[in-house]
Amino acid sequence: MINTLLEENHMQENSILRAKYAAKNLDVYYADKQALFGINLDIMENQVTSLIGPSGCGKSTLLRCLNRMNDVIDICSVKGSIRLDGQDIYDDGIDVVELRARVGMVFQKPNPFPKSIYDNVAYGPKIHGMIDQKSDADEIVETSLKKAGLWQEVKDRLAAPGTGLSGGQQQRLCIARAIAVNPEVILMDEPCSALDPIATAIIEQLIDELKQKFTIVIVTHSMQQAARVSQKTAFFHLGSLVEFGDTDQIFTNPQNQQTQDYITGRYG
Amino acid sequence: MQEHIVSAFECELNSLKNKILKMGGMAESQLRMAIQALKTNDFELAKKTITADAELDKLELEIEELAILIIAKRQPMALDLRRVIVTIRISGDIERIGDLAKNLAKRVIAISGRAPQYLISGLDAMSDLAQQLLKDILNAYAHDNVQQALQVWRRDAELDRLYNSVFGELLIYMMVDKHNISFSTHLLFGAKNIERIGDHATNIAENIHYMVEGELISGERPKSDMTSISNYKFDENTDK
Amino acid sequence: MIDKMSRHTKKRYQAERRFKIYGLLAIMFALGFLGLMLSTIALRAIPAFTQTYIQLTVEFSAKILDVDNKRDVKQIARADFQKIIREALYAEFPAANKRQDKKHLKKLVSSEAGYHLSRDLLAAETTDLNFIGTSAAIWVKSSDDVDSFIKDFISREVDEINRRLNDQQIGWIDSLIADGKLETRFNWDFFKFADSRSPEDAGIRGAVMGSLFTLAITLMLSFPLGVFAAIYLEEYAKPGRITDFIGVNINNLAAIPSIVFGLLGLALFLNIFGMSRSSPLVGGLVLSLMTLPTVIITTRAALKSVPPSIREAALGIGASKMQTILHHVLPLAMPGALTGAIIGMARALGETAPLLMIGMVAFIADIPTNINDPATVLPVQIYIWADSPERAFESKMSAAILVLLFFLIVMNGLAVLLRRKYERRW
Repeated sequence: MINTLLEENHMQENSILRAKYAAKNLDVYYADKQALFGINLDIMENQVTSLIGPSGCGKSTLLRCLNRMNDVIDICSVKGSIRLDGQDIYDDGIDVVELRARVGMVFQKPNPFPKSIYDNVAYGPKIHGMIDQKSDADEIVETSLKKAGLWQEVKDRLAAPGTGLSGGQQQRLCIARAIAVNPEVILMDEPCSALDPIATAIIEQLIDELKQKFTIVIVTHSMQQAARVSQKTAFFHLGSLVEFGDTDQIFTNPQNQQTQDYITGRYG
Repeated sequence: MQEHIVSAFECELNSLKNKILKMGGMAESQLRMAIQALKTNDFELAKKTITADAELDKLELEIEELAILIIAKRQPMALDLRRVIVTIRISGDIERIGDLAKNLAKRVIAISGRAPQYLISGLDAMSDLAQQLLKDILNAYAHDNVQQALQVWRRDAELDRLYNSVFGELLIYMMVDKHNISFSTHLLFGAKNIERIGDHATNIAENIHYMVEGELISGERPKSDMTSISNYKFDENTDK
Repeated sequence: MIDKMSRHTKKRYQAERRFKIYGLLAIMFALGFLGLMLSTIALRAIPAFTQTYIQLTVEFSAKILDVDNKRDVKQIARADFQKIIREALYAEFPAANKRQDKKHLKKLVSSEAGYHLSRDLLAAETTDLNFIGTSAAIWVKSSDDVDSFIKDFISREVDEINRRLNDQQIGWIDSLIADGKLETRFNWDFFKFADSRSPEDAGIRGAVMGSLFTLAITLMLSFPLGVFAAIYLEEYAKPGRITDFIGVNINNLAAIPSIVFGLLGLALFLNIFGMSRSSPLVGGLVLSLMTLPTVIITTRAALKSVPPSIREAALGIGASKMQTILHHVLPLAMPGALTGAIIGMARALGETAPLLMIGMVAFIADIPTNINDPATVLPVQIYIWADSPERAFESKMSAAILVLLFFLIVMNGLAVLLRRKYERRW
């Protein structure tokens, strides 16, 4: 019964979905060491895709390829292609700054700027020239904080430093900061690993709401979290994509023995 | 299969398995005792069989509690999750098997030795097969052996066929003399009980298949119980 | 077993107590020396902050001041005011009428007293010259010998021959004291005047101004240069041999004896560029060469200590590299950079050796008014006074040390304050 319900759900979703990202034969090297081996992966629009796997399996590397954060590392080189809406993001013509405006990122440790809550959210729109007057900024700050579910908690103290908030609030502030520049994709690198369970639940609820408007890719070490928030799950091991499929299937009946061993806690 | 990194988890899963096997063993001996009591018209043994069922109920509760505890503590995934869930279901099946054996034992007192031995031997043959199925299915469960489970699943049809013949025999016996109707009805219900035990073994087989393979057995459950069309149809509906 | 363990535990606690005591002793030792040094200097500096004055009734005789009777300010300014004071002294002690006595008598007042008197009277452009022909009781500075006697540096017990004041002079001093015509006052002139050959007129102002000009140049040059160099090395330069080589050499520069920088300054700024000797401009240039490595090193460390998460956050929402650095990294690194700069400044403030080479170790009696005036700096002033024979310069030296220490403490305090204020807030 439940199975059929879920299936119907998927059928509905699948009918309107298209691939936002398409990675083809993606190899990533750190100097001589290869970190990712021939990754082929489609990330669907308006879905949450979670990347799981043991530490050092390359999931974070893949995530950081998606908005070219790896560019910061000099020794990192990328082969193959990643297409965002059909356009290779590693093309010469692609402007990294614009790419990162389209692809927001939320990090493991909440990292608000040591500035006011208002400035944290308004900073992105400001540097991208989205703000002409003060009222524009006010509006963006309010809508972004509302979308991040933080508005009610901070509307009376927007001038207070962002670093003074609790961990969960800080992370939501970082999410607000990311969505303030109106991205299409949000990448999350273990967004809840530093948070308590309640704050985690709030973020997970938020992720569920955000997927209506954004495509979300999340790296997480908590398999329960991956199971809870994502529609698609990709399991990585030693730089290879071992298994990719519907989250419901991956966590009840994975096809690959390695996946099975990892998610049942047998990976040695 | 590798062991879990957390050995306590491994222990708990093993303990769950061992409890099921213990339960299965008890149900099996209950069935043996019941049929023995019927054959020898031994009221004492029948009573013993009836009281033994309480132990089985207790074990079922224990298994359920342990399973819930494992889910709460370990959040099992994939194979482990299926194993825990399936174990709860299997314990239910075995508990039902115990109930059916108890029911059979109760009928020993009702029949009070009025039934002729050759009628009882039909039931005895059924019980032998049922015990065999039970033993095999527990073995399959103990070793995650899908092939053996599928074998049990198929052999249930044999039990159904045996039941059909006992059914026909008793029907004729009742038609011959209306004084036979009373104990024959009891025997009929007893035979039905044993046939149901086979169905539960089939259930367990299906669960083992799901546990190991992660999906349901494809194809229809083999059925040879033709005693009632409605029964046949009911089965078809539930198993789909 | 437990007994053995508890005995061992007891030993461990004892060892720990001893360890703590060693540290405490070290600190007390250091503090003791510091206290000893400071108190000696302070005690020796006290006399420099007071000055003995003598009251004289002077007659502003037109005969001496306005010989031509033209009432011309410029003319009068050149008149011999010292003679008026001498005359007043002779009038005070009419008994001293011999040539020898008069010679001794005039040594009671400062040889610069006349100059100061004329300056005080004729300070304004439109001076009222009505004082000529009148007489008034004024206080004039005593000579440094009288000052030293009052401060007990010259003892009566010493034989007259070995004493800088003879019995007769001491007698006059006594009578002045008895008449209430001799008193000591706070020596504001110490903070108003530049160096002088006469100790009673020597002040610290020139050296302080010289130091301030020099440090201003140093700060203005070394801070921006150092910060930009550090940003480039830390953020833009590709890590590799060349960057490492530059880094190592900067570290080496920080360890080079400062006199080498002085030689460099001499060769480069004075000989090649032909800049003026003894000027705060050249001093500042030399000191900024010396300070630059310190600023670069501390700024690099401060930049390095900015957590990568802040950079990631900025890059993650599409900030360019420059925006990331200017908006986020640099503000967070600023306290560290400023602290480094101030510590560098403090070191520069105390430096004499490099200035030796570019002629800032010189007797300069004028207060510098711009960066090209010849000037000296505080530590050099201390060095000059330490070398002077007059007894009174010794206390001046100690006072100058105190002033230098004061500035150092202010600067270090500033560094602490900056660090506190912009404490890492991530």
